[in-house]
Amino acid sequence: MKTPEEVYNILKEKFGEDVILSYDDSQPVEPVISVDPLKIHEVGKFLRDDENLLFDSLMVLSGVDDFNGKKVKDEEGNLKEEGRTLSVYYNLHSMKLNHKVLVRVSTPIEDPKVESVEHVWRTADWHEREAYDMYGIIFLNHHDLRRILMPDDWGERYPLRKDYEDPEYYNGMKVPY
Amino acid sequence: MALKTEELVLNMGPQHPSTHGVLRLLVELDGELVVNVKPIIGYLHRCFEKHCEALSYNQIVPYTDRLDYLASMSNNLSYVMGVEKLMGIQVPERVEYIRVIMAELQRIASHTVALGTYGLDIGAFTPFLFLFRDREKILDIFEATCGARLLYNYIWVGGLSHDIPDEFVPMVKKFIKEFRPTIEEVNELLSFNKIFIERTANIGVLPPDTAINYGITGPSLRGSGIKWDLRKNDPYSIYDRFDFDIPVGEGKVGTVGDSWDRYWVRMLEMEQSLRIIEQAIDNIPDGDVHEMVPKRIKAPKGNVYVRAENPKGELGFFILSDGKNNPFRVKVRPPSFVNLSVLGELSKGYLVADLIAILGSLDIVLGEIDR
Repeated sequence: MKTPEEVYNILKEKFGEDVILSYDDSQPVEPVISVDPLKIHEVGKFLRDDENLLFDSLMVLSGVDDFNGKKVKDEEGNLKEEGRTLSVYYNLHSMKLNHKVLVRVSTPIEDPKVESVEHVWRTADWHEREAYDMYGIIFLNHHDLRRILMPDDWGERYPLRKDYEDPEYYNGMKVPY
Repeated sequence: MALKTEELVLNMGPQHPSTHGVLRLLVELDGELVVNVKPIIGYLHRCFEKHCEALSYNQIVPYTDRLDYLASMSNNLSYVMGVEKLMGIQVPERVEYIRVIMAELQRIASHTVALGTYGLDIGAFTPFLFLFRDREKILDIFEATCGARLLYNYIWVGGLSHDIPDEFVPMVKKFIKEFRPTIEEVNELLSFNKIFIERTANIGVLPPDTAINYGITGPSLRGSGIKWDLRKNDPYSIYDRFDFDIPVGEGKVGTVGDSWDRYWVRMLEMEQSLRIIEQAIDNIPDGDVHEMVPKRIKAPKGNVYVRAENPKGELGFFILSDGKNNPFRVKVRPPSFVNLSVLGELSKGYLVADLIAILGSLDIVLGEIDR
């Protein structure tokens, strides 16, 4: 059994600080390990296979809109948003060693790309599709990245983003009707 | 010249797949053999997670009722435990006991539907009636307690909406006495019926390592022979005080992890739930069920993931709080959602008729898949 802090130290030693970005235990319940979104599949594979870690089950994968953008003025004086990120949280658990850890990746909202961990934990397949559906996060190397809960023709609209607005029309029908 | 053959794509639903809900299966067939299955879901999507961001913490409880609408009590319990953990609330003993009794009654009620409709899928009508007759008695107990029969909003953050009425304990005891013979009866009618065994044994075999990698939980995982139950392995509430077994699939009439094993695990679990209720029912301590109910819920900044063993598997809530009155983000991990994702893998190489038997043995509820 390892504490999240020990897991963080093992990861930092293996991958270095360029990949394992930070460790945040300022909040009351669960500490968060931040990881580079384009290396998460390698970190995931290591977390699953290393004999001291053996995180064989991904309990849940959640997309989150951090909504942390700052309003700044560009040269022409127009307000625009900068620095807003989308995050993906991975709640991992080891059934063999019975320890848990929470891993997070963050990616800019203009170009949200995260490596897929579908090949590490198959359960991520549908969870990643849901995160794509609701937040528009692109999971690289996912074999079948389609919408899952919303209709296929919902367009480039991602309902769980904090600034989402209902479309006026959907297939010629007025919304809200 | 060889006969030209090609695969046929068959649309099952939205509706039919023996009507466990509005589900569409895109089935690729080679003759009568299933090559691949793609479940298409989302027909019941009603924006649960979006709603949560606009509601206060206790307003969300009735919404959780509607996730797995056959196990509303268990949904309440799991969500409420998350908020309590975030806020550091310790609930009174009396509340814990009542919660456990309710959750176990709910497990039996949910399993009776699962087993009854599974019989219907295969073509056995009678056991369904026997099981529904007894489920009605559980619903009567719930109705006497909180007035609702299906969507209870009973378990609140820090307590319960009502205390149990005087007739609660005798009603539960009467139910336990009357339900044990039903289990025997259903075993005679269905479990060891030759036709039923022919239809389900060796069908849809789920190997244990595949099950873990797909994140399968609940009776479907235990059917594959893995002794994994959150009530024992990651104990919550007061489950560590009770003595009960975790039934697992043993391949009694076929292979370990086949459809019959998943069915049989549910059958055995009902007996274990009765045992837990028996141990709890005489020991409910006195107390006030509203003692720890907070007047205003304001969770501190942070995140929490809690999970509980629902009748269908691990129901988890990932709650992110930014210190305001509403949660910043609530993500549900519905057991049926994850369990359904294995269907394609599970039904490869079986007949179309077996596909229905396999789907039924997974015991899904579309309410929590689509949210």
